[in-house]
Amino acid sequence: MKKVSRSSLDACFAAIAASQKLYLPVADGEKKRGAKYAPWFEGAVYSTAVNTVRSAKDFFFPQVEKMTRFKMDGKQIEVEDIRKENEDFVIFGVRACDAASFAILDSVYLSDPVDSFYQNRREHGLIMTMACGKPTETCFCSVFGIDAAEPAGDISCWMTEDTVYMQANTEKGEALLASLPMLEDAADDAAEETKAAIRQVLDKLPLKDLSTDAFGGDKLMKLFDSDKWNSLSEACLACGTCTFVCPTCQCYDIRDYDTGHGIERFRCWDSCMYSDFTLCAHGNTRTTQMQRFRQRFMHKLVYYPSNNNGTFGCVGCGRCLKSCPISMNIVKVMKTLGEGNE
Amino acid sequence: MQDTMMKRASELLADGTVVRVLGWKNGEFVYDPTPAVFDSAEALAQDFVYHDFCGSNLSKYLIELSRLEGKTLVFLKPCDSYSLNQLLTEHRIDREKVYIIGIPCDGKLDPDTVRSSAEGILSAVTEGDSVQVETMYGNVTLNKADCLLERCTVCKSHKVVVFDEMLGENGTVNPDSNRFDMVEKLEAMTPEERYEFWRGELSRCIRCNACRNVCPACSCEQCVFDSPTSGVSQKAAADSFEENMFHIIRAFHVAGRCTDCGECSRVCPQHIPLHLLNRKFIKDINTYYGEYQAGAEAGSRAPLVNFTMDDCEPNVIYKGGSK
Amino acid sequence: MQVNQEFRPKIVAFCCNWCSYAGADLAGTNRSNYPADVKIIRVPCSCRVNPLFILRAFQRGADGVIMCGCHPGDCHYTTGNYYARRRMTMLFSMLDYLGIEKERTRVEWVSAAEGAKFAATMNEFTATIKGLGENKRLEDLRCKTQ
Repeated sequence: MKKVSRSSLDACFAAIAASQKLYLPVADGEKKRGAKYAPWFEGAVYSTAVNTVRSAKDFFFPQVEKMTRFKMDGKQIEVEDIRKENEDFVIFGVRACDAASFAILDSVYLSDPVDSFYQNRREHGLIMTMACGKPTETCFCSVFGIDAAEPAGDISCWMTEDTVYMQANTEKGEALLASLPMLEDAADDAAEETKAAIRQVLDKLPLKDLSTDAFGGDKLMKLFDSDKWNSLSEACLACGTCTFVCPTCQCYDIRDYDTGHGIERFRCWDSCMYSDFTLCAHGNTRTTQMQRFRQRFMHKLVYYPSNNNGTFGCVGCGRCLKSCPISMNIVKVMKTLGEGNE
Repeated sequence: MQDTMMKRASELLADGTVVRVLGWKNGEFVYDPTPAVFDSAEALAQDFVYHDFCGSNLSKYLIELSRLEGKTLVFLKPCDSYSLNQLLTEHRIDREKVYIIGIPCDGKLDPDTVRSSAEGILSAVTEGDSVQVETMYGNVTLNKADCLLERCTVCKSHKVVVFDEMLGENGTVNPDSNRFDMVEKLEAMTPEERYEFWRGELSRCIRCNACRNVCPACSCEQCVFDSPTSGVSQKAAADSFEENMFHIIRAFHVAGRCTDCGECSRVCPQHIPLHLLNRKFIKDINTYYGEYQAGAEAGSRAPLVNFTMDDCEPNVIYKGGSK
Repeated sequence: MQVNQEFRPKIVAFCCNWCSYAGADLAGTNRSNYPADVKIIRVPCSCRVNPLFILRAFQRGADGVIMCGCHPGDCHYTTGNYYARRRMTMLFSMLDYLGIEKERTRVEWVSAAEGAKFAATMNEFTATIKGLGENKRLEDLRCKTQ
């Protein structure tokens, strides 16, 4: 394990940024706007906010991505592959929940057939996680077996009043730490005290006892047919906020844009909450908002675990709890459906 | 207030005046009540809440609810009542199917602001001018005035403009709300500064459509931005032009109909000050076509579907055209 | 190959069928000159111009957009241009508010008898846009030809 004083953290950032792009959470303007990931710049102040408003999935699965271009000349169609090898980059300050979300995205995008756009970004990204010093009431990652005191990633970090401890978990992480001269060696158990303090707070979180017993692949029909979906979804506005701030929502749409001198094919985030999400040539398979709403939660709590050895499709980051315009979210859904269904 | 509302709602359910009640349902935390429909006194007793975090505007839900069998009771704050009037004007709601109870409002709290000043919230209670917040990391006292939703800091009216009965005293219109201050500040900037300001704000948009879907004026069955045959349907703003276009057109489509209820800014996950677009139109309409408050009166003619012979020419905006 | 360095603006003019389009015709019949950079789109009435049309024109590479219709009071459909007048005032004001050069958009009333005015207006507008240069603030990079 390595350590660096907090006063030297900036020098550490500068050293990383000298060789590759470094992103870190910074305050996003006025206080209530929270934090966002931004490229490091001289004088950037690392935000210790418990989570960024948008998730870290944006780095590997951006909102919009150009895929290919077509040019027509008479009867000739020229297809231009615009994929480029990504440059190496480092993301600092990823929380345990977001780090766990990458595994979920991987299971979708890196299984056969591999998504080369995602893979390209993933291979070039190095993730430095930060243990949560001050988890908040909307956090419930422990419910899904995530330990906020022991975040995954290429390098895990812990922060105390004056020191940042760094532990490499992969060769890539090892190499990066070795390249930073300002780091000093630290005892392997140097961060134990911090971890213990974090676990104490985690134990006091109001949502820590949220039960997942009622969910999983084997509960499909019972949950699907539940009559509680109607009242749960009645206030849903059918916006895509929950899906777009979610670190594990991974649906996209592919569209062609006619530029007037060719076609640009791009993909962009899509949301199962939208009415045209399931619009096909024959019509729409989900015609009511209840069905769309149900799909989102069934996917996270039933379908995904059913296909992935019981792993749930939620990491408990709490973003949807904060962002939903009508404050309907996965916690309310789990509590309502879970009642008497354990 | 909550108890009075529940009692009155139960009475109206019991005597058959209404068959359902639209209100707010208790959330997981103190700040996250969800709009909900209650159909019995028991349901009300179990979950109905009304407090300073009940900011959401319930009017738009009545489009669907007023199509159902029987009357729906709805609690409307002053802001929400303007929206309802506007929807009545546009024949989107059947007035006969709605029973409106007006409730006074002295400002609603912004959960984002409260959360950013107090992490790990366990409870929050308003006491007079302050908000007492109990958190996992100790107790915090916040100034209520600092935690209000933007729209409440420049409240245009405390008057419920449409109701069947009022609980408590009805308020009055506030002509000195200063709600156009920020618009004026922007107008005083150079075009370059304004361009920078708006690019900075609109480039944050993630096109979740929350602003559109929550907006009581956006009541189209199918939006032009969702219609694959309209030629403008795009799922994401793939380009800075589209970020601009979405917001210009959205603001334009509600111009003259927007009551300035502020829901768009309240729900934006990226905290874009969308109300500044709508208020610009409201201010322009006031300046060029006379004071007009959408929703103040049901049945009034919106300024953009109206005209006078001696309206100003578009060149009032710029110099160089002929009058 | 010789490359013409001079900036030729793309200008879109929405002209109502009954007055302004006829005005443009008259300008032609009278042999009044106006720049070939002006592309006319004929609409049944100025009221037909949806604000989206204006934005679309900019997206597709226009550097300036002008809308011409019958003089107020002379609308073929009696009141169409009165509505259009309010609409365009609002739209232009919003574009200005967003920091997009207000000189890039304009409304002129041109009757069927005003061929000379049509030509003069287009000459003047084209000169203004030439002075402003390329439209950068309301452009769609994807639509630019490389």
